[in-house]
Amino acid sequence: MTTEVKLDSLPEVQETKPGLVAVAMSGGVDSSTVAAVLQQQGVPVVGLTMQLWNQRRLPELQGDGPAQHRCCSLDDVYDAKRVAQHLNFPHYVVNFEEQFEKRVVRPFVEQYLSGRTPIACTNCNTDVKFEPLLRMARQIGAERLATGHYARIRKNESTGRYELLRARDVSKDQSYFLWGLTQEQLSRSDFPLGELTKQGVRDLARHVQLPVAEKPESMELCFVPNGNYVQFIHAYSRSEGISLNEQEGDIVTEQGSVIGRHTGLHNYTIGQRKGLGFAAGKPIYVLAIDTEKNRIVVGEDDALRATTLEIESVNWVSVAEPASPICGQAKIRHKHEPAPATIEVLPGNRARIIFETPQRAITPGQAAIFYDGDTVVAGGWIR
Amino acid sequence: MQRIYLDHNATTPVDPAVLAAMLPYLSGEFGNASSIHTFGQRARAAVETAREQVAALINARPQEIIFTSGGTESDNHAIFGVIHSASSRASLHLITTTIEHEAVLNTCQELEKQGVTVTYLPVDPNGLVSTEDLRRALRPETALITVMHANNELGTVQPLPEIGLIAAEADVYFHVDAVQSAGKLPLDVQTLQVDLLSLSGHKICAPKGIGALFIRSRTPLRQFFYGGHHQRGFRPGTENVAGIVGLGKAAELARLSLEQDATRMARLRDTLEQGLLARVPDSSVNAALAPRTPNTCNMTFPGIEGEALVIALDLRGLACSTGAACSSGAVEPSHVLTAIGLSAAKARASIRFSLGRHTTEAEMSAVLEIVPAAVAQLRRLSPTYQK
Repeated sequence: MTTEVKLDSLPEVQETKPGLVAVAMSGGVDSSTVAAVLQQQGVPVVGLTMQLWNQRRLPELQGDGPAQHRCCSLDDVYDAKRVAQHLNFPHYVVNFEEQFEKRVVRPFVEQYLSGRTPIACTNCNTDVKFEPLLRMARQIGAERLATGHYARIRKNESTGRYELLRARDVSKDQSYFLWGLTQEQLSRSDFPLGELTKQGVRDLARHVQLPVAEKPESMELCFVPNGNYVQFIHAYSRSEGISLNEQEGDIVTEQGSVIGRHTGLHNYTIGQRKGLGFAAGKPIYVLAIDTEKNRIVVGEDDALRATTLEIESVNWVSVAEPASPICGQAKIRHKHEPAPATIEVLPGNRARIIFETPQRAITPGQAAIFYDGDTVVAGGWIR
Repeated sequence: MQRIYLDHNATTPVDPAVLAAMLPYLSGEFGNASSIHTFGQRARAAVETAREQVAALINARPQEIIFTSGGTESDNHAIFGVIHSASSRASLHLITTTIEHEAVLNTCQELEKQGVTVTYLPVDPNGLVSTEDLRRALRPETALITVMHANNELGTVQPLPEIGLIAAEADVYFHVDAVQSAGKLPLDVQTLQVDLLSLSGHKICAPKGIGALFIRSRTPLRQFFYGGHHQRGFRPGTENVAGIVGLGKAAELARLSLEQDATRMARLRDTLEQGLLARVPDSSVNAALAPRTPNTCNMTFPGIEGEALVIALDLRGLACSTGAACSSGAVEPSHVLTAIGLSAAKARASIRFSLGRHTTEAEMSAVLEIVPAAVAQLRRLSPTYQK
């Protein structure tokens, strides 16, 4: 039958056209604005919202009432749908729960339990967004994937490489989470917000009257409903039968003298000051988490500082692996101001970063990114 | 772009004749069918005409039909109704199949929590239950057999005459979920020896939110809702007159054009199926050897994700489905496809095309161009497909 009469109000898409771009939509203001910006440029778009985590899996973390403003809540899916309806382009929810758990959640928990302080967002980008999602985008006819990341990509015509750069608005820069992208992934990605400020994005969203223009910022860890990741790790480990070492142990100084007791290693992170359970008269910080001896090493601020670190699983992003050390700046956590340093290649896909001045709380499991000005030279996991 | 709709097992468009029959009851004829005055009498007359039309579709008597909000309510009412009215008995047992719709499966699971024992009959690779298994499952305390007539994902048609006979011999109540067979297969509650039968409006070109339950006279059924005297007090709530009129009209249309529709749809479905088998390498039809509803075609295209294919096809203007959909939860492989022995990967590589009364030959030709191209594109980028 000729159904087109009844379906008039549906978004019209012609035969999937070259130039179709998939927009990864979280339901937040940033990725929604990406869709609006591309559409204004005349680019045909299709919205894809990833269902990554079922919040009902760990109901004990829910508290009362429905989860608000988490990336996997139905509210956010509906927000993305409302934006797509408002701008009149097709939108679909796609399910990547299995990949997300296997490649993000479980490694996060396991790393944490082995005394490291992992970042989930990097894995989510390299192993979910820019891998199965990008592949699905291409399968459905979109050769490129646009996201709401604050970062920039440009092709260096002389080297032929795609370069990753910090966002123009350095306060919003997310290149720290994108260092794992390959040349192939970079060549198919668009970050239309890289030249904008957060305020500029909000203004744009308001200008095109996006239903999410006033929506507050989301949390960093989308799958932890209440922001309490120690609680999440407990609940997830219990439900998955992962053994938690809840054994108490010693808190020791660098010299090895016992000055207190800890309540289980997974309750601590490097650099932590509060909640150590005793007053030392001066600020005392966690320096190291020793899973072998089940103990926490603490010390003063000075002892927390170091000049050298090694990274592994190194990805040379904007340049090919260099033959000799390079000078630039390195960043060791999301909120760290890049500090002058040099980087040199080590065998086994590793590299050494040497800072000019000691840096505070270099934390295994976090990433270190090496910049040359705005350009991401390389990144890797801190050993 | 002209869109092609091949998802009629999910829902059907309201037939223009059905809409025309309903419209007066959404405006001038607004009476409450329970009122004494002329407004009410006219609404009552319309409701009773519809009851006769629905009864005629399944060869029942009008007083054996109650109107409900749809298939899910009918299934719940039939199953809970029989079991709860028999709950004075010490132990209770009911028999169903592994491939029922969630409206039946989840109802049975709830009854298990209440202490009822449930047997889930397996199905063979063609999606059919064995009457031998059924006989063996019967126990003295069996209170109900509930089996779907046609499966929503595969279209397989269960051997209801044999099952009805077994139920009658064993003196066990027999409920049939006929949501997917109504309008596609002849339905006769007398020859099938059915005691309870569920129908849904929106699968037969009536609107959503209206359905019916056939309850054979003297079938003890605990009532579900309590309220006024509507529908003999058995299913209270002011009647959804327009919806009921629509269901009645749709039932009439289905009865009158059933043979013609079924023949036409079967021919188109076979064209589609043979065409896709020929044009898509390594493709297969699920439950191909079973008796099936004339409109349903479930196929597996190894190496692809059904979810991605449905999106790719929608972007090319073709609406179909991966089977039982979950709006935003995990993509579990379909319980029906795993029940017929498909691996999780193959189940996820399967999609369903379901035709309707108004599906055309030209649409089939278009689909035979669109689908092979989309599958090829998906496979080209598939990490698991090897030629």
